[in-house]
Amino acid sequence: MPNTKPDMIQSSAELAIHCKGVVKTYSAGGNTVVALGGVDLDVRLGELMMLVGPSGCGKTTLISVIAGILDRDAGDCVVFGQDFDRMSTGQRTRFRGENVGFVFQSFNLLPSLTAAQNVSVPLLINGIPGAQALRQAKEMLSRVGLGERSESLPRQLSGGQQQRVAIARALVHKPRLIVCDEPTSALDHETGHIIMRLLKNVALDEKRALVIVTHDARIFGFADRIAKMDDGHITEISRPGEALLV
Amino acid sequence: MNMVALRMLTGDRLKYLGLVFGLAFATMLITQQASILVGMMRQTQTFIEETAASGGADLWVMDPQVYFSEDAKPLQDTALFRVRGIEGVEWAVPLYKGWLKGRLPDGTLLTLIVVGVDDATLIGAPLNMIEGRVEDIRRDRAVFVDAKDAGTKLLMTRDKNASPRAIKVGDALTVNDFEAIVTGTHRGSPSFFWDPVLYTTYTRALQMAPPERRLMNFVLAKVKPGVDANAVIARIEAATGLTARTNSEFMSVTAGYILEKTGILINFGLAVGLGFVIGMLIAGQTLYNFTLDNLRHFAVLKAMGAGNSRLIRMMLVQISAVGILGYGLGLGAASFLGWIIVTTDLAFLMTWHIPVFAAVALALILIIAGSLSMVKVLRLEPAIVFKT
Repeated sequence: MPNTKPDMIQSSAELAIHCKGVVKTYSAGGNTVVALGGVDLDVRLGELMMLVGPSGCGKTTLISVIAGILDRDAGDCVVFGQDFDRMSTGQRTRFRGENVGFVFQSFNLLPSLTAAQNVSVPLLINGIPGAQALRQAKEMLSRVGLGERSESLPRQLSGGQQQRVAIARALVHKPRLIVCDEPTSALDHETGHIIMRLLKNVALDEKRALVIVTHDARIFGFADRIAKMDDGHITEISRPGEALLV
Repeated sequence: MNMVALRMLTGDRLKYLGLVFGLAFATMLITQQASILVGMMRQTQTFIEETAASGGADLWVMDPQVYFSEDAKPLQDTALFRVRGIEGVEWAVPLYKGWLKGRLPDGTLLTLIVVGVDDATLIGAPLNMIEGRVEDIRRDRAVFVDAKDAGTKLLMTRDKNASPRAIKVGDALTVNDFEAIVTGTHRGSPSFFWDPVLYTTYTRALQMAPPERRLMNFVLAKVKPGVDANAVIARIEAATGLTARTNSEFMSVTAGYILEKTGILINFGLAVGLGFVIGMLIAGQTLYNFTLDNLRHFAVLKAMGAGNSRLIRMMLVQISAVGILGYGLGLGAASFLGWIIVTTDLAFLMTWHIPVFAAVALALILIIAGSLSMVKVLRLEPAIVFKT
């Protein structure tokens, strides 16, 4: 792909996420660790943004702040026009439940629930009655190609199948933001590509944004933009194909 | 989310079953021990209850220093006539109860409780005759024995050339050198007190007893219909200086005395307490381990938008499920054991208070045990979902 500068953000109405000067610190053994040292990042609606960088650079901390799981210490972070800092704990939890979907490296499926039951959990959290939630969950499983495995337990599924269940779970309640933490690290090359194609084709639409944290250079090509992080800062934002060494 | 909560609970079958059986054991122990204690206390009252039922006496008049039903202290013979003269008393009869030495036909020596009932009215005589009629007690040298005692406490084993034999109707025994003939057998309720009981007439009992100035132990009295029993009690006590008690008061005093003077309450209390502690330790440890094992999943639920109150509700569903199941199993086991026990003479009485008490104890166990787990979940940072 040609080496071009990242597009300028046309207007704030297109933005799913706007982070400006985000700071997050931790206390560790009497010392203060700066996980985020002033991060600026904008993610547009309809965009697949990848966060890449070495271990400990702050990628996971950043997506935790974006998803409203962690408080920030300073700076602005507005997600779909909402600032988590202005919300109560209950409001924040509700917002997250309605607007954010998660895909984890280790799938994090509930082992005693079937695939359909796992996928139905976000709907149940949002108050959808059980039977309806299960119906919608099965529909979503069909969309990710696992319609015939809806009654299987996670241990009866392969790694790739479990991640597809996790993707279905992340999408079933139609969130506006999908946050993925190393979604392909536990998978082989081919399966990882299947998962990324699924995320790109099924998850992404013009009203939704995807933020993916990854080390996996094999999947960089799926991103619209890639933000490189190092030592709590974003050092570079580029398009796939532009020189990017991780 | 209740479905999710229950599936999480039963996902680790070993922990789930361990939790349920731990709670069931605690329930069973608490229920069974309490029922045995109540049963034993009930057995301290059977003599009073059965004597009152035989003839319908309302009041027991006794020496003020009598503390329980076996604590027979002598009364003056005139006490009977004085009680009969009290306003509101319909009738009054004497009752003898004492410990006497007996010798069975095979030479076995033993201590007997002899009860002498009023010759004329037979008030206080056994109600449920198996062999013979209650009027047979007036026959020459007649005594009645409990049918079960006949084969246990009165079992004759001294003849090495013969197999042990229960005493039976027609057998002669001696009571303080007085020859008595078993004329009838009856079915009595199991008693807390261990010596076999012989029923006979009041006159005959006085003949059996060692010669003393005063031999009457109790006066049984009937309150006239419509008259306040407490008023009659007050008059009796004022006129005679004796103590008068209703049947229920005397039963209560007897049970209370036994509880106070023996170690029963402490021993059973310890057993009940042990059941409580065991239940709490098992429940607490298993619940906490279950929470630790599922901490990641609780974090995922938190990340996906489940608030603390929802998670607490889920845990309450889990705790309630194991609690109800454990309680049901434990209560069932205790009831089954009780069903077996009551076919013997062993004490077991499960009043409605006991299952309620056990339910409260179990709820307390689960609240305390579950609190630790709930605090862990409440303090959980959902950010751990991003840690591998």
